[in-house]
Amino acid sequence: MAAHTQPGRPNQLFRNLNSKIASIPMMLTAVVIFLGGTIWTVVYSFTNSKLLPRLSFVGLDQYERLWDTPRWIVSIQNLATYGCFSLIFSLTIGFLLAALMDQKIRFENTFRTIFLYPFALSFIVTGLVWQWILNPEFGVQSVIRSLGWTSFTFDPLYNSDIVIYGILIAALWQGTGLVMCLMLAGLRGIDEDIWKAARVDGIPMWKTYLFIIIPMMRPVFVTTLVIIASGIVRIYDLVVAQTSGGPGIASDVPAKYVYDYMFFAQNLGQGFAASTMMLLAVAIIIVPWAYLEFGGRKRG
Amino acid sequence: MNIRAIAAVLAATVALPLGAAHATDLEVTHWWTSGGEAAAVAELAKAFNATGNKWVDGAIAGSGGTARPIMISRITGGDPMAATQFNHGRQAEELVQAGLMRDFTDLAKKEGWDKIVRPAGLLKSCTFEGKIYCVPLNIHSWQWLWLSNDAFKKAGVAVPKNWDEYVAAAPALEKAGIVPLAVGGQAWQSTGLFSVLTVAIGGKEIYQKVYGDKDAKVAAGPEMAKVFKAADDARKMSKGTNVQDWNQATNMVITGKAGGQIMGDWAQGEFQLAGKKAGVDYTCLPGLGVNEVISTAGDAFYFPVLKDAAKTKAQEALASTLLDAKTQVAFNLKKGSLPVRGDVDLAAANDCMKKGLEILAKGNVVTSTDQLITQDTQKQLEDLMSQFFANTSITAEEAQKRFVAIFSKAG
Repeated sequence: MAAHTQPGRPNQLFRNLNSKIASIPMMLTAVVIFLGGTIWTVVYSFTNSKLLPRLSFVGLDQYERLWDTPRWIVSIQNLATYGCFSLIFSLTIGFLLAALMDQKIRFENTFRTIFLYPFALSFIVTGLVWQWILNPEFGVQSVIRSLGWTSFTFDPLYNSDIVIYGILIAALWQGTGLVMCLMLAGLRGIDEDIWKAARVDGIPMWKTYLFIIIPMMRPVFVTTLVIIASGIVRIYDLVVAQTSGGPGIASDVPAKYVYDYMFFAQNLGQGFAASTMMLLAVAIIIVPWAYLEFGGRKRG
Repeated sequence: MNIRAIAAVLAATVALPLGAAHATDLEVTHWWTSGGEAAAVAELAKAFNATGNKWVDGAIAGSGGTARPIMISRITGGDPMAATQFNHGRQAEELVQAGLMRDFTDLAKKEGWDKIVRPAGLLKSCTFEGKIYCVPLNIHSWQWLWLSNDAFKKAGVAVPKNWDEYVAAAPALEKAGIVPLAVGGQAWQSTGLFSVLTVAIGGKEIYQKVYGDKDAKVAAGPEMAKVFKAADDARKMSKGTNVQDWNQATNMVITGKAGGQIMGDWAQGEFQLAGKKAGVDYTCLPGLGVNEVISTAGDAFYFPVLKDAAKTKAQEALASTLLDAKTQVAFNLKKGSLPVRGDVDLAAANDCMKKGLEILAKGNVVTSTDQLITQDTQKQLEDLMSQFFANTSITAEEAQKRFVAIFSKAG
């Protein structure tokens, strides 16, 4: 009996063989490159590797040194400031622009292109452009001074206390266009009837947006949040192009610390420790939240 | 059988591989890309091509900080160039330890490098476990103060002869709208400036104890406190520089927008290029006019281990060419650096270079920071100094505390 059914029920492993074979390269990439690389980095962050990786473990020394380093603390603070403001502003500005764009205005396509255009530029180009705009000798300051207001001072990139906001301006200029487009797509996905119903009930427009439309756009907001958040953690090129971390170390960010210590200081262990901390931060904040958000919906 | 015939056959077998070794292409990487530097490299290429081989230039733009990671990743990644520039010292230390660099002890013995290279410390920093792994090429020193004579004339004060007079003259310069001391924003510049202050104000012994022996007690001591006080002065004097690159800062001195700059002797090339004359348009004070001591930093060439026999042979030819008396003169005159051989004639050198040669001949030298501290320590110092110079809320005492912390853990 058993011998009779076996050819009829092929092994589970060979079901859908074609698609399984096709996904092997991607699975290998994910496991070997991403997971393998991550584990390798974490393991070597406990060693005293200098220029070349070597397995001589020193426990938590690299982490102790990391958290004793003023530059690391500064870069974490910068990331926090930059992250909070970037999240708040790009969401608000992006949503406002999208809402305005949704008022059946003329030339919508033109405006959309204009707002989205900065996103087509790389961070390096954006950084250089804003470096010039914010330069006190050629940029905004000199233009306004030449208009007659000679005491006007606006040099965020040369002032340690506010330099991170100079970078924030450039990042918002580059990023809000994309947020606007995502939001606009979300707004377009809302049924016309809901608007009509709200109008019949006499609900003012701002209230409709705030209490009806926005809650309905939750999935769009989540997607946008993930995109913005991942952009915040990996910020590097914009800082390099605009200030290269200066003045002094005032605009440093974690990714730049990692790069500098791995390649300039020839201290791989320290760089790995810093990048592991970055990974940990991402894991602590994003993973449980994303799990609730995406994993939860599938079940419910 | 005729002995002569055998000798001829033997000679032929020896000559054949030699003939094949000629006309070998060698890729040489370096970060010399400014006008004067490129001219100097051309001299090296000319001399090497004259040996029948071919110099393939692999210049990497963007200064050593950008170039070194590229070079290192090529060597560790299994795609080595035939020869590469590094600064004297510990930059290639681990590559040597990992056995990736070629040992030149035999050639060095044959050509007697230990007799011609001076100061001897240069060859010592090429040596690892008794074997020689690099060829020193030139000597650059950090300990120079470049002053604009015009700027001081405009401010109505005499050109200072030492650091203290310079600090005293700063208010007059400021009143005339001149930045007293130009310090570029790149971190290595303020870090180099600090090491110059250590040698000049603290003295040779203090410098050696702190940077060489990593003596945390001396680093926390009153002599270093004086150095930090001077750095604090320098920080005040540098306010308003607002440029990044060293040559832009040098240009401020050349045009009289700044009173002076503390920078290595490579700045001299900029003055020459601008047609300025030493003593007339600008003044150079080695050791800030306080302690006439110079450090022996500079460039050396390292040769990665190659599999190709012909290229390995040609590496030797390149190594001898670099130390050749003629090459040394031709290269260093264009580069503005000092030769590593004491027995060559530099009659064409300008006044500032001659001052340097004199100090070198007297033996008033210190080992450069590149030779004493690792890149890791260097980076930590850069972080500290660039923050100190950019942010006036950090006091000299605080900075010294952090300085001590760095050296107490330095290897």
